[in-house]
Amino acid sequence: MSELQPHEPSAPGATGLSMRTGAILVVFTVAFTTVMALTYRATKEPIEASAQAEKLNLIGEVLPRALYDNALLDDRIMIPPTPELGLDQASAVYRARKGGAPAALVLEAAAPDGYSGRIDLLLAVAASGEVIAVRVTRHKETPGLGDYIDIRKDKHKDRPWITQFNGKGFAQVPAGEWHVRKDGGRFDQVAGATISARAVTNAVGRALRFAVDNERRLFAAPGSAPS
Amino acid sequence: MSYREIVWNGLWKQNSGIVQLLGMCPLLAMSNSVVNAAGLGIATIAVMALSNWAVALLRSLIPYEIRIPVFILIIAALVTVVDLAMNAWLHSLYLVLGIFIPLIVTNCIVLARVEAFAAKNPPVASALDGAMMGLGLTLVLIVLGAVREFVGTGALFAGIDMIVPSARAVQILPADYPGFLVAVLPPGAFIVLGFLIALRNWIEARAERRRQRAMSLDTAAAPA
Repeated sequence: MSELQPHEPSAPGATGLSMRTGAILVVFTVAFTTVMALTYRATKEPIEASAQAEKLNLIGEVLPRALYDNALLDDRIMIPPTPELGLDQASAVYRARKGGAPAALVLEAAAPDGYSGRIDLLLAVAASGEVIAVRVTRHKETPGLGDYIDIRKDKHKDRPWITQFNGKGFAQVPAGEWHVRKDGGRFDQVAGATISARAVTNAVGRALRFAVDNERRLFAAPGSAPS
Repeated sequence: MSYREIVWNGLWKQNSGIVQLLGMCPLLAMSNSVVNAAGLGIATIAVMALSNWAVALLRSLIPYEIRIPVFILIIAALVTVVDLAMNAWLHSLYLVLGIFIPLIVTNCIVLARVEAFAAKNPPVASALDGAMMGLGLTLVLIVLGAVREFVGTGALFAGIDMIVPSARAVQILPADYPGFLVAVLPPGAFIVLGFLIALRNWIEARAERRRQRAMSLDTAAAPA
């Protein structure tokens, strides 16, 4: 019980005590920041590797293997930061082809306005202009409330929320109606957790617009060397 | 304090969820299903044991006047380390628990146990105290989660396939049960928690009456 008791603050030593206490706080801060920095460095590569592996799995989820026959991961281009996709960093676009003809684009996109910040998306858009499928790759939405946008957390296993975009293009749903029903659009939301659904729906609509408008250019662009 | 007392304190006498009423923020937000509750609970146990242990180890180096900022620094750093390490090396577990870990920093029960226990006790006892307080909270979380999930959705264990891939949620009420949204939303957490606290108080009051009756019987019997 001798530890952590108040010091006797004697008048002449007050400044010295403050300085010493301040110095100790600095030492603790530096020490624990170092621990965090070292952990960050040690974990950076494995974390990036598992994020990459997850992305490859996800591509399989948004784009069925039967729809293309090229080496998808090698047919990749990098596009500069694209506001239409909600991205402030360069991103990869994978180009699926069947028998040499354009089949689908796999794009990264983001919804900046989730309930708890950014929601990262991956979507495949068929060359004919429909969304094939969308998946949420990273989000911080409230667990058990807004996280149904993530198919793994969605309680409706038979008809998950995120699948309602499947097969929809501007021919099926007019461009002005890519919003949740609450905003006068065509897509469902779960009551009490509209913000997450709204963010994703708007982002999918924007990304589809971008993919449809730029499809020809994206398929024609020379591929960048696969990493 | 004996190890037995520490265990009893954490699980019942000073239970953080229904007696100390600390750590309400994650408790209310995350107890809407059994799997969420268990996930947050497990992560909390780990962080509390670790931070109590670390503070107990360093307690002679921490000046009394700045103990709170130092404690917060230690807790935040440990949570960050656990978060990164799990993401890197236990990735499948991280996919389930990852979102809960940053939430733990906001749980004042962690700071409360560091301040009330770890700052004055040796490392092993402190780690046990942290783990038991965490376990006590976890049990309350799981009961809350089970009641809210059952009343709110008519099912139990939604999302368990993320932990055990072959397991499935159990639908207890008929599938056309319309659900009861209030139970799943935060107000439901307050209501169910209120019932849990009442239940615990009732059990304690009954035990107290028995003790008193036993005592009065003893004193009545003694002179004869």
